[in-house]
Amino acid sequence: MGFEKFGRISFASQTKVGDFIDYLEKGELAATKCQQCGRVYFPPRSDCPWCPDSAVDWIKIEGTGKLVTFTKVHYGPTGFEDDTPYTLAVADFNGVKVFGRISKELAEEDTTVGMDLKAVTVTLLGGQLSYELVPA
Amino acid sequence: MAKDVAIIGVGQSTFVRNYEGSVRELAFEAFREAIKDAGITPDDIDASIIGSAPEYDKQRSPSGLVAEYLGLNPQPTFAIETVCSSSTTGIRAAYALIKSGLHDVVVVLGFQKMSEITSADSQERMGRGADIMWESPFGTMMPANYAMHARAHMNKYGSTEKDLALIRLKAAKYGQLNEKAVYRKGLELDQILNADPVASPLKRFDCCANADGSSCIILASADRAKEISKKPVWLMGLGSATASLTMTGRDSFAGLDCARLAAKQAYEMAGVGPADINVAEVHDCFTIAELLAYEALGFAEPGKGVDLIREGETYLEGKIPVNVDGGLLSKGHPIGATGGSQVRTIVLQLRGEAGDIQVPDPEIGLVHNIGGVGIYGNVIIFGR
Repeated sequence: MGFEKFGRISFASQTKVGDFIDYLEKGELAATKCQQCGRVYFPPRSDCPWCPDSAVDWIKIEGTGKLVTFTKVHYGPTGFEDDTPYTLAVADFNGVKVFGRISKELAEEDTTVGMDLKAVTVTLLGGQLSYELVPA
Repeated sequence: MAKDVAIIGVGQSTFVRNYEGSVRELAFEAFREAIKDAGITPDDIDASIIGSAPEYDKQRSPSGLVAEYLGLNPQPTFAIETVCSSSTTGIRAAYALIKSGLHDVVVVLGFQKMSEITSADSQERMGRGADIMWESPFGTMMPANYAMHARAHMNKYGSTEKDLALIRLKAAKYGQLNEKAVYRKGLELDQILNADPVASPLKRFDCCANADGSSCIILASADRAKEISKKPVWLMGLGSATASLTMTGRDSFAGLDCARLAAKQAYEMAGVGPADINVAEVHDCFTIAELLAYEALGFAEPGKGVDLIREGETYLEGKIPVNVDGGLLSKGHPIGATGGSQVRTIVLQLRGEAGDIQVPDPEIGLVHNIGGVGIYGNVIIFGR
């Protein structure tokens, strides 16, 4: 249990990378790194298919990322209808891609592919935990 | 050209917003047309493969139900699911069953009854086709993921919202000619460009409509095909590939890698190239998806797909007619049935039976069918 605390609506409760939630509580966005081959995984994963017996370490995603692509969503699926509009995006932090939302504070006309972003953790309604992308 | 496995019968229900019948009756609509087209009865069929995406209607394990209703007991049946490309994945499996000698005649039946749930619920199901742990909690939906690919393509190559609107304009023209399409109204360019945003830069008319529908494709071994059919259409090349389901696992958003790889495999197996294709059906669930398909299939170099639509080259009179049945944009997209509908159009074209949308004397046709937002890619090349 524990992962049901992630995001506006979580669709899973159990995972071996549930420590992700503990990092969010500390204000950190975390990825995993294979101890053997050094591949970095975000979203975090507990297994590396290339090194099946290896464990993973937690590392922080820090610094500035570049906006790869984004979309402003005007029709939300069930459970998100009253949350629209919101902007979904992919950002690249030195080769590690992060999917999430861009802060509602940033207007669409000020949002451009390639702009610098950083990831910050956020607490949503009901104490749910998440992260979002904001201008660096 | 290897003539090992052929299509001997095709059928499709009319695609509608709200089918007034049950799932089994919907499936029968396409089956009736296909067995009449092939001139066979259920006793001539050795196995069935059923394609449908889960959770749109309540029936669990629909293969058993559909096989019984179609009169296909006690022959074996099983389900295949790669969401929007389920029925072409079914055709790939049918090809393998026949080529192996295990069966001689196999039916691939795709269906979807999407009107049993609301549009928001349907977006929620589709959104859960993304990674439910790491992406769905942000409010993912299918148009948003394609919109992110559209933004990346526009940013990298300078394609525009007007280019996408031109693709819808073509779809609307041919949709009016297709009696089985759900959207048969004409559209003007301004109407398309000024429509409400769905997920920027995609607007209402950049998106296909949900629909209820079924499709049925009957495949046979060479010997049986020659016995049964006067005009068998042969499978020349089959390609199939995957890419990461998660958006974070993708190297680029300006194209779909699974489609590019599947196309390469299909061309190699068929021994032909993009210039040899006389007519194509591509997976235009969104306008951007058709533009990406032009480039994945090699009809245009990466970034140059816009020239095809700007110059009208993908119209009936152009050098490579694409989606001249109206595409998913006009026909509607009943997920499990879509690939079979595309295949039906190409089979009718190669037989010279496509009516108002007949391309002059085509010899080679191609189907490009994508599951999810570039998760599963199938490309099949057909010859007569």
